[in-house]
Amino acid sequence: MIDFEPTEEQALVVATVRQFAANEIRPRARAADEAKAPAREAVAAAHALGLIANALPSRFGGGGERSAVLGALVAEELAWGDLACALAILSPALIAFPVADFGSAAQQAAWLPRHTGDAFVPGALALLEPAFGADPFRPRTQAKRDGAHYVLDGRKCMVPWLDGGDGVLVFADEGGRPQGFLVPRDADGLTAAPESYMGIQALPTVELALAGVRVPAEARLGGERGSDLARVIARGRVALAALGVGVARAAFEVARDYAKEREAFGTKIGQKQAIAFLLAQMAIEIDGARLLTWEAAWHLDQGADALREATLALDQVRRIGLEVSDGAVQVLGGHGYIREYLPELHLRNARGFASFEALALV
Amino acid sequence: MPPISFEPTEAARAARDHFHRMASERMRPVSRKYDELEHELPREWVDWYWNVGRRGGPLVQGPGDGMVQVCMQAEELCWGDAGLYLRTPFAGLGGSAVAAAGTKEQKQRFLSVFQGDGPPAWGAMAITEPGAGSDSAAIETTAVLDGDEWVLNGTKIFCTGGEGAASAPGGFVVVWATVDKSAGRGGIKAFVVPAGTPGMTLVGLEKKLGIRASDTATLRFEGCRVPRANLLGSAEVRRDSPGAGDKGFKGAMATFDASRPIVAAMAVGVGRAALECLQEELAREGVTVRYDAPPVQQTALERDVLQMEAELQAARLLTWRAAAMMSRGRPNNLEASMAKAKAGLAVTKITQKAVEWLGPRGYSKQLLVEKWMRDAKINDIYEGTQQINLLIVARRILDYSSSMLR
Repeated sequence: MIDFEPTEEQALVVATVRQFAANEIRPRARAADEAKAPAREAVAAAHALGLIANALPSRFGGGGERSAVLGALVAEELAWGDLACALAILSPALIAFPVADFGSAAQQAAWLPRHTGDAFVPGALALLEPAFGADPFRPRTQAKRDGAHYVLDGRKCMVPWLDGGDGVLVFADEGGRPQGFLVPRDADGLTAAPESYMGIQALPTVELALAGVRVPAEARLGGERGSDLARVIARGRVALAALGVGVARAAFEVARDYAKEREAFGTKIGQKQAIAFLLAQMAIEIDGARLLTWEAAWHLDQGADALREATLALDQVRRIGLEVSDGAVQVLGGHGYIREYLPELHLRNARGFASFEALALV
Repeated sequence: MPPISFEPTEAARAARDHFHRMASERMRPVSRKYDELEHELPREWVDWYWNVGRRGGPLVQGPGDGMVQVCMQAEELCWGDAGLYLRTPFAGLGGSAVAAAGTKEQKQRFLSVFQGDGPPAWGAMAITEPGAGSDSAAIETTAVLDGDEWVLNGTKIFCTGGEGAASAPGGFVVVWATVDKSAGRGGIKAFVVPAGTPGMTLVGLEKKLGIRASDTATLRFEGCRVPRANLLGSAEVRRDSPGAGDKGFKGAMATFDASRPIVAAMAVGVGRAALECLQEELAREGVTVRYDAPPVQQTALERDVLQMEAELQAARLLTWRAAAMMSRGRPNNLEASMAKAKAGLAVTKITQKAVEWLGPRGYSKQLLVEKWMRDAKINDIYEGTQQINLLIVARRILDYSSSMLR
């Protein structure tokens, strides 16, 4: 039966995360962006909610309840609080989920338990590359077998790099096929240079240079079987779509509330059709994009690869997220342009979705 | 609560297949013919539907997908042909109004003909007037009680299905008229005028951009008398709070909450027809649309097709959401207008793009795509224009009354 209402359990999780985002994330969003550093208290507090751990297998201390639909619901709420903070909170999944999906028994035993403990341990995934026209499905970074090792060479960018992490999942071309490699952060030949972007400034990210980085053959994600990058990207696209919906909703709500307060020519500006219609269009596009995202997530939960649905959803979010946040800046006018209000941050964050791939996973 | 799910019930899937076959076998073959013949009754479709099509089909039953299934049916049949769909002998919007605001006796009296064995019958709703379109509270058609009868005077235009409903025995037109102009909306009531009632005249049919198989009628009412019992809802005029608790204007407006998702679904059907036609052409020509091409390699065609797919699916899901809420008995006024606004505009653009990408063939009458582009546009106009639906959405999200956001 076709239905659009979360279960009671899901609704409870959403309500909890929504309250958390309002109380713990949103109030710190502006300061974190200015400081270009994550709101550590919020990230640590979010870890206690067990959002990632709950989705990991129970034999490694997790809750064993992986659901892309729930992941999408949670991601939207977190990003409504703040995108950079949401990405930090969800970063453990960047290693944990691919390892849970594809990892060998030894890889799962090595990499999963750290994410179900009391302390927050961030993850990192290196997929994007700093070259014009780079294709995430066909990385140029090379992985060559050398006896019992693989040697990795290439460059990666937009890699989340929060303090306290010790590994990064690097996707590289191995004889024409993309494969993942679990690389220690302190591997010889791996250098990380801090980056700075227009948005998500509170999320530390790095450009990675891999120069002859040697990892044992056992570091290949999934061992002999390997992994499927397209599935990782599809899960990333659903997560990003949900995050983008959260950013758009946040921008919309600021604009809506402002329109009900601000007066011009003797009425609230929300009473002018020029503003009211813009807000109505924003609301419609946000809901449409959210439903596309849920549908793609639902397909993932049915075991489908869902690359098509995930791509359509993220594509839509890339368009409407930008339109909505731009519209929010416009509704606030000069106030939308100054950093006292959030829409300028939403606009900077929304533009990033055009480049984002696998910055979060469901 | 059931979980978020995109899996139709077995019954809904069967219904979708059933109506898809009907659209494909019975509508498409005569689609071009009745676009060109415009006002001629599409005999093949009307007779087949009345004698065969309406019987033995899957019934819409709750609980389950209920209204979603109704939307799927509308999508499939409008994938077949939106003009023929609107010309189908059924109770239509007039039937929805009777079902929403009528008494048990009225439902029995007016709707049973559609299950009967007589000749084909139609129902229609007449709201719009030369001087009152979106502003339906400004209508000037009057109804005056004279003894045991209401006497109607005025002119209605753009009445979809109006020829059949006014002329073919057994059918009816639900006419909106004011019983007290000074009371504004509070004075507006809906009256069931049976086909052939003296004083109701078919003045003419519009020549339109699209949905040409649909009879869009102008009806004149001159001393048109209907029994007192043909009023839908209460006769009481409320001045203090216009429309509040009244089944008249409010009841009629409430039928839009039910009909807008269906109209949105109809729009999706037309948009899908055009998109599928483009995709089939691309497949024949060996052009694949990649879902994994990096932006700098993506062609303009791929970009457009992906956007068309996403827009169509967003419209469809907004439609199903509004329908599912209705099935659950939840208020869906906001969601119904969201779906209608989105679908009307999305398919207008999708069909225009399909003509563009198919080039001279898309523009030519060899294919049906140019027709679908003409058909699609009405979805952004009737049942509340794009702008009226945006206005409704805006009032809801801003929590403004109609006087605060005009």
